[in-house]
Formats: sequence, C-alpha cells, structure tokens
Amino acid sequence: MTFMYIGKNFTPPDVQGKITGQARYAEDFRKEGMVFARLLTSPVPSGMVRNIDASEALRMDGVVGILTADDLPAAPRPGVPALTNELTYVGQPILALVAISEQIAENALERIKLDIERRPFVVDPLVSLAAGGPDAYPEGNVMARTADGMALKSLKWAPQSVEAFRNGRDPGDVEFTTEWSYGDLDAAFAECSVIVEEPFVTAGYPHHSLEPRTCMSYWENGRCYFHGSLQSQSAANAPLARMLGIELKDLCFINETTGGGFGSKIGPYPFMAISGYLSRNLNRPVQVRITREEEFFIGSARSGMQGWIKAGLKPDGKVAAVDVIIVNDGGSSGSGSGSSSAGAISVVYQPTAMRFRGVSVFTNTTPRGAQRGPGQNEMHAVLAPIMDKAANQLGIDRLAFRRLNAPDNNAKVEANQGPVTSAYMREAIDMGSLLFDWPAKISQPRRNGSKVIGVGVGMAYHGAGNNGFDGIVRIGPDGKIYLHTGVGNLGTYSYAGTVRAAAEVLQCRWENCEIVRGNSDLGLPHSSGQGGSNTIFTHTRSNYVAAMDAVGKLKEIAAAELGGTVDDYSIGEERVFKTATPTEGLTYAEAAQRAITLGGRYSGAEYPDDINELTALAVQRIAGSGLIGVAKDNLEKNGTAPGLAIGFAEIELDLDTGKYDIRDYLGVAECGTVVHPKGLSHGMNGGGTWGMGMAGFERHVYDPQNGLPANIGLYQSKPPTILDVPVVMRNAAVNIADPQTPIGARGIGEPAMGCAAAAVMSAIADALGGHLFNRTPVTPDMIIDHVAQNTYNNKSLKINTF
Amino acid sequence: MPSHDVMPDIELYQPVQVEDALALATRLADRGWLLGGGQDTYGWLKDRTKVPEAMIDLNGIESLRGIRETADGVEIGALTTLTELVNNPLIKERYSLLASAAERVASPQIRNVGTVAGNVAQDVRCWYYRRGLSCYRAGGNLCYADTPEGMNREHAIFGASRCVAVTPSDTAPALVALEASMVIRSESGERVVAAEDFFIGPNVDIQNTTVLRPGEILTSVRLPTTWANATFYFEKVADRNAWDFALVSIAAVMRESGGVIQDARFVAGAVQCTPRRLLDVESAVRGQPRTEATAQSLGTLASQGAQPLNHNGFKLHLVDSLAKRALLG
Repeated sequence: MTFMYIGKNFTPPDVQGKITGQARYAEDFRKEGMVFARLLTSPVPSGMVRNIDASEALRMDGVVGILTADDLPAAPRPGVPALTNELTYVGQPILALVAISEQIAENALERIKLDIERRPFVVDPLVSLAAGGPDAYPEGNVMARTADGMALKSLKWAPQSVEAFRNGRDPGDVEFTTEWSYGDLDAAFAECSVIVEEPFVTAGYPHHSLEPRTCMSYWENGRCYFHGSLQSQSAANAPLARMLGIELKDLCFINETTGGGFGSKIGPYPFMAISGYLSRNLNRPVQVRITREEEFFIGSARSGMQGWIKAGLKPDGKVAAVDVIIVNDGGSSGSGSGSSSAGAISVVYQPTAMRFRGVSVFTNTTPRGAQRGPGQNEMHAVLAPIMDKAANQLGIDRLAFRRLNAPDNNAKVEANQGPVTSAYMREAIDMGSLLFDWPAKISQPRRNGSKVIGVGVGMAYHGAGNNGFDGIVRIGPDGKIYLHTGVGNLGTYSYAGTVRAAAEVLQCRWENCEIVRGNSDLGLPHSSGQGGSNTIFTHTRSNYVAAMDAVGKLKEIAAAELGGTVDDYSIGEERVFKTATPTEGLTYAEAAQRAITLGGRYSGAEYPDDINELTALAVQRIAGSGLIGVAKDNLEKNGTAPGLAIGFAEIELDLDTGKYDIRDYLGVAECGTVVHPKGLSHGMNGGGTWGMGMAGFERHVYDPQNGLPANIGLYQSKPPTILDVPVVMRNAAVNIADPQTPIGARGIGEPAMGCAAAAVMSAIADALGGHLFNRTPVTPDMIIDHVAQNTYNNKSLKINTF
Repeated sequence: MPSHDVMPDIELYQPVQVEDALALATRLADRGWLLGGGQDTYGWLKDRTKVPEAMIDLNGIESLRGIRETADGVEIGALTTLTELVNNPLIKERYSLLASAAERVASPQIRNVGTVAGNVAQDVRCWYYRRGLSCYRAGGNLCYADTPEGMNREHAIFGASRCVAVTPSDTAPALVALEASMVIRSESGERVVAAEDFFIGPNVDIQNTTVLRPGEILTSVRLPTTWANATFYFEKVADRNAWDFALVSIAAVMRESGGVIQDARFVAGAVQCTPRRLLDVESAVRGQPRTEATAQSLGTLASQGAQPLNHNGFKLHLVDSLAKRALLG
C-alpha cells in the first residue's frame, strides 16, 4: 500500500519545546495561592507507626496542613498505599506536610516525632521462603488464592528445597502460587538429544524516570484540575476520578509532557491522591514535588528473579521442552512477572511442551511494577547465553538455531497457545544476519592480548497491540483537521504517529492538521494506557475508524447537498467531490459548516452508543464545533499482536579489567508496517541503550543487615551513559504489514530493549568461551573474578550483591 | 525520614579576598563549611546529613583561580575547574597524567564546576556513611560495610582501620605520583604539605581524609618539574565510562634512560582510604626495561598484603593488572 504519511518521517510538534525548554511538565505549573507539600517517609524497612506528633511542626509559621493515612480512604493491603502507618520499606511515605514554601515544609518535617514499632524484615525472597525466614507482612509473604479470594499467606519451603534451589537445582516438591503448562513435557524431553539445566538471577532495579512524579492540583466549582506525570492521558481519567471520589465529568486531567515512565506511570499511582485530597481539604492549589530520592522509593522498580530452567533440544535443533521455575522479588507490592517471563520463552523459541511454576514473594524493598518488557526482557537477557550453550552442544550455529525455532504466522503464544496476528521473525533474522554480517563476525580472529572479541545474538518479544478503543477527529469550519488523541506524551511520540493514520484516511495536508491532546477538557477520546508496546497498533486503528467515520459523514453531507449517493463521492485535497465530476463538491470547511448546521451525528450532538463514557463526554465538549468523526474500534482482531526484535552485538572484552566495549550493535524490529521511521530508530536505539544497561549496569542493591538500599541516586544506579554504548547504533525493520490492522503496524517498544540485553549477554558469554554467569547484570568484578578464578560469591542465587 | 533536597537555612558568606575567607574560616571553625564547586557540598547539605551553620563561598576569590608557571613547575589555583585543568596547555604539555586523570572525573557538567581542590578534598563515597548512618567515620562505633553481609564491593582492600572507605578522587593518585605539594593557608600562615602526606587514612583520623583542619584553606596545588614530561600512564576502571567513581585506578610516572626505568612512582586509587603508593612495584621496575617480561615479573606485587572484604576480592586482580598495564603503557 502506498501511504501519504505512514512510513514517512515528520517532526512531532512538541519536539521543539523539549529542546528549548518550553515544554511544560507537571512541576512547571503554578497557580495563585499554591502551597507545597513534602513527604515524611519511613526510616525502617518494616514496622508500624504507633504515634505521630506533628504539633510542633503545625505551629510553625507558614505551615498550613498535614495529611496522614487516616485522612485517606483505607487502601487495600497489601498494596501501594499513598500514605501509611504500616511500613513495609524504607522510603515509604507516611505523611505529607504542607506549607507556603518548600523550605518551610522541609524544615517543619524535622520537627515531627514518629513513634515506630519495628518489625522483622527481609530483602531476599529465598530468605523469606526458607522455613523460619521472616515474612514481609505479619500475615505472610505471598498472595495466594483462598476460599475468600486472594489473600496473604506465609509460604515456606523445606530447608533442603531452598538449598537445592540456591545451588541451581529443581527444588522438588514445593508449593508455588502460579503454574501453567501445555503439551506433554516428559514426552518432549524424551525426544531431546541435548538438555541444559541452569539457575539464573536477574536483578530488579528502579525505573528512575527522569521526571519525578510531581503532581499539582486544585479545585474550582467542584471540579478537580489535576496536573500529573503519566505515560497515558485518557486512560488516567476514570481511575483518577475514582481515586478522588468524583464523577468522570468533574475531573480535568492535564499532562502535556512526561519525562519518562517506562511502565511506572501507565495509570494513576496512589501517590496522586495526596495532592488531590490536600487541595480539596485546604481549598488551595497544592503541589507535591517528588525528589530524586523519593522517585527511587515510590517510582516503582522491576522485579528481580531467582530461577531455574531446563530446556531440551531435539536432534534437529527444535526446542522441544522447557521447564522453568521463577521466584520473583515482589518488593512491598508483591508484583512479579514470572508468568510473563515464561510466556516470552514460549513465543521466541516455540517449544512444543512447556511448564512454568512460580511464586512472587513480598520483600521489604520498594514496590515493584511493570518496567519495559516486564519479565520478558530480563528473561531474554539471562536466557540467551543458556540457549547458546544448548545450540553449541548440539553443534548448530546460534543464529541458525534461533531461525529454526523462530515464530512465524503459525506461532503459538504463551500458556493458552493462542494465535498471533502475524509474525515474520525469520525475515528479521535473515535481514539482521545480512546487515550484521554474522558469518564474518563469528569467524574473525578473537584474541588480541588481553582483549577478546565476543559476538552475540538475542531475540525478544512482547505483546504489542490491543483493540476496542475510541477515536475522534474533528473537521473545523476553518478547514483545519483537529486530530483528538487520548494517547499520552510519554516520550515515544506515538501520540503523533498514530494520528497520522487519521490524516492518511482523510487525505489532508499534514500541515493543516492540529493534534489536540494533553488536557481532557479539550475533548479527548477513551484510549488505551501507553504501556505494553500497544499504542501504535491500538491507536492507528482507533484513529482509522474515527477518520473513516468522518469520511462517511463528508460523503453523506455532500450527497445530501449535491445529489447522488455516498458511493458517488470521493475525497482528496481536503474536498469531498463527485467522482465523475470532481468540480462538484464541498471543501472540508464547507462540509464542516454544513455539519454544524445539520447537527445530530454530524456535529457531535449525537454519537454512537458503544463509545466509552469518556469519549461521550469529549464529544459533548466539542459538539457543534465542526464535523465530528467518532467511532469505537470494532475491527476484527484474532490473536496476539506480537512485537518482535532481534539484536546483534559485537564486543571487545578486556580480560584485565572486566570491561568491554560494544563495537557494533544492530537491532532489527519486526513490528509490521513502520509508521514513523525516525521514531522507530529512536525507539530501537533508546531501547537498545537500556538493554545494554540491563546487561551490564543496573541493579537494586539492598543491605540484608538493615534493609537499606545502597544505590538510590542516578549515579549509583548506573544507567548507561553515552560513553557506555556504541557511538553508532544500527537498526532496521522488516516492514511487512500485519494483515489484522488497516495500517499494518504493531508496537515494538519493549522488545527493542530485550533484544539488546540478550545480544550483549550472549556476546559476553561468547567472549569467555561460553562461560555462563546466569545473572544480569554482568559487571566488571564478576568478569574479573571469573578470569582470576576467584571464588565467585554470587553463586548461591543471592539477589542483592554489590 | 524526610527525603530532603532543599538547602537548609544557612548563613552565607561570600568573601572576595583570601584573607577574609581565612578570617571567616577561623572564626567559624567547625561551624563553617567551605564551598568550591559544590559537587560534594550540596549532596551533604541538601540531604541534611551534615548541618553546618554557615557556608563560606570561595568562588568570589579570583586569586584562587588559574594555572601559573613558576620557577619550579606549575601552580594550580584551588578553584581551577577540572575542565580548565584538562584543557590547560601547560598541564597537557608537561603533566598530561594529571589532565588524563581530571578528564576521567565524573561528567563534563561536573568537571565544568568541580574544582581541583574539591576533587582532592571530597569526602569518601561509602554509601553507608553517605546515607547518614552512625558509623565510625560519622562518630559512631561500628562499620556497616566491613561485615560478612556488608555491601562492600567498592571498599578498601588495604589500610582498613575501623573504616573501609576508599579515596574517591581521580586526580589524587596523579598528584601523588607527580610529587605535587599542597599549599595550605590559615590566619597563622602557610604550610606546604606533600600530596602523599596530605591524604590521611582512618588509622590517623577516622573523620577526615586530609590534613586540612578547621580554619585552613587549600589554596593551590604545586607541581614540581621533577616529573614533567616523564612517561605517564593513567587508567581508571569503573563500571561506567562516565559519571562513576573508580573501582580501581592507577597513575604512574616513569623516567627511562638507556632502555631501562631509572625511577618510577606507581600510585593506585580506590584501594584504600588514601592514594596508595605501590612501593614494591616501584622497586621491582627500577633498572628494568618496560617489557612484557618485566610486567609479568610483577606478578601479584601490587596486591601483596591486601585484605579483601566479602565482595571486593576482584580488586586484587585488578590492581595487579593495572600495575602491569601501567608499566607497558
């Protein structure tokens, strides 16, 4: 298909503001009479606040209020309460103090006296699972299904089972909380000529969104105006309104720009309640500015994994069987991604039989949540060298092995083995092999003094598309096309990429389009959350259906005025005209004016029954302002829309220092039709950079003695710098349309990271003659210890090392 | 536990003459805090882990800036930024070792404001200490890092004495190797201390990493001609290639003649609380050619006597490797 806009580069309209500093983030907004709240947080990893004495602080000049957990609706537990008296990690917010300046608020915090009863704590899931080990909550350490639903319980493994697991073996007959399987595992293993069995550990680590999650809110005439920092726009409204206890119509959510979320800001987080409630209680605008340190604590983190895997290859190289156990470090929220981790294996290697057993264990560490490719990316990273080992044992080239098992249009997905909308992973592998020159790379000389070359390959998957959301386009009487989007501006520019589908359908000039976004009072449709790589697939569809609705209305208006039927009409050059006699027609501006006059469904006075309440409110806001195209995406979708990617890495590892340079990196995306080449390139490189961070740098470190995190700051958490990644990172895309969406595009955000992490891990193992660290990240000390044959002190699956 | 990040109330003094700064430093003594580039200061103060009553901002004192040629080498003003150090023609031409070390400090943004005095006088980066725990160095009675479960990957393998923190400075090993001297002024006069003696370990003073005392200001650093244009080697191994502290670093200076090393100084960073002279290595290489055979003969001399903690045994191999690499250049 030939597109006007799809597959073409463009400059999203907010880019300039981000470069010049004109872009506004939640922290940049001010309102007359605004006051400032600061948080008092937990100094202990586990305990109960018995008493708060804020009397001295509240007597200070300029202090105007306080909010404690007692002032908020009871939060479900275990969970992520906005404020709490039950302390489950260091840094957990206890109260918010409000003053006329931040200076006063901070000074006042020091006058507050807390009486805290300490409780036992634990920072390592296996320590908690061991019989006699502490539980993160008094009632237990895992969520398990009971007769009354999900509830906390204390789950313990026998000492010999924990010991076996710590030492890289199947723990045997122990209890898990999540299990699934498909196929005949024993029969599949019986067919295998190579079976590898390995333990693994992946570190959790914080999101460290560059923009901390500052909020500012105020109330006017019973409505809440809320400036926040989320990945999503419209997906925030309903849950935020519920959080504040108001109706959807009484919330205006404003979020023009977001400085990163990476999964931690998909929807409203509990801490948003603080400014919402305080501003209502005080009847003043309230800003809760979150510090860098607070962002570490409350900004969520990837769950770590301690695991064991057994994988079998048939003589022909096909993966027959995979058996995997994952113990997740769920932090204080208990969130783990083990099932997703295992599911990703099922997609990328397509084993004929598979079993997953897992448990996510609460620890007294920061809350965990989705982080770019949650579960999948760390699994891909730690698994790549293990699968390399299996391929090498079988004597099959590592890339050929992956090609043999790669998902195609007949691929099956995860536990239920459902279908995919399409998958062209072999094409991605072939493209990558050619561009990277895999044969030459693997046959080059490897050793030069202390330097050794490693070549690696890694694949990644994440579900990448949803359906059923709404779209709105508006043609104004001024002739402009207003592309209303509820997609958040999380930094991927997908809000701009997806509305190009509407411009494509309307065949209008891009420079005559205006993207309407960032403020729910502008009339924004119900949209998916911007997470899970879904937006490109989901909202090219919703924009498509809205634009198709507008085109239909254009033709109806023209037919009513100029005669004939809608089938007699075409569109082009911002006109609707008779196909046979193109001079007979209406401009879009004229048609929009007619729509206002006609009213009803043309002007938005009426709208479809099946659209979401938020979309209906949006249409009500803009009704009468032009021709309104509005529709729900009811297009067919059968199966999982996969985002797939393959990464190739060449490193030069220095055996003296344990450091390595990534000399070449190529990421190839298999994401259907490419919507925005430059955006895709940035996504692949950005994801690639983060993947390199996962492979080599980033991790949580908690001291088991006192439950304190060691690396709170950005410099301590060590996301890779520009000097830690290749000067030039290459990327490419297969660019074959997915047949189950009109534009043909699927998402790719998350696999862009996972494939890079996997490729670098594969390259490290390759450089060291196939040595498996079975751990992410692999840091210089680990490499040195291996080279020096030091006793390596991370072998026992400890999740916190430094 | 508030997560502070706003400056506390503090008296601010902004002298423009060294004499005025010295008078203030004397008067305020322990209650005062000297401010240079602020890259160590602001963390302490905004976290409110250290709570001085007054800050003496030295940035208005022009005489503390700049790099000057002297009769016996070069004098570097205390407030000279690390970027200025990196780009200075005299330093690049004669003491490129120091330029190389300065160039590996943190990031360009930090080097643009961070000063040479601040880089050498900065406090240790042990995360327990920085977290505000009451450890030995903070006046308490225990070390959190030196325990079987302590997270001590980045800590000392030499010279532990209750505290196991290491020197974080990248320029300090280079200055010790170059036999720099530190000019320290107070109201009572000036004293000049060899860089090697400027840094002190916990066995000498558990709460200070330098000989600087209240009322004193490090006003300049002098580089003698002794090692000008010698053979230099600097390498810093850190997890990241920017914005990171060394796991181990090495600064070496060598004079060669007749195909052999006449004299040399090898100094390792981040292995103990002070820059560590590798005296055995220096002895072993004197009179030897810079060859692979000499390098191999060093064996484990650099790490001899090291006492690793639970997570930092890798530093032994690393310091041995860096000593060999420094020899070979």
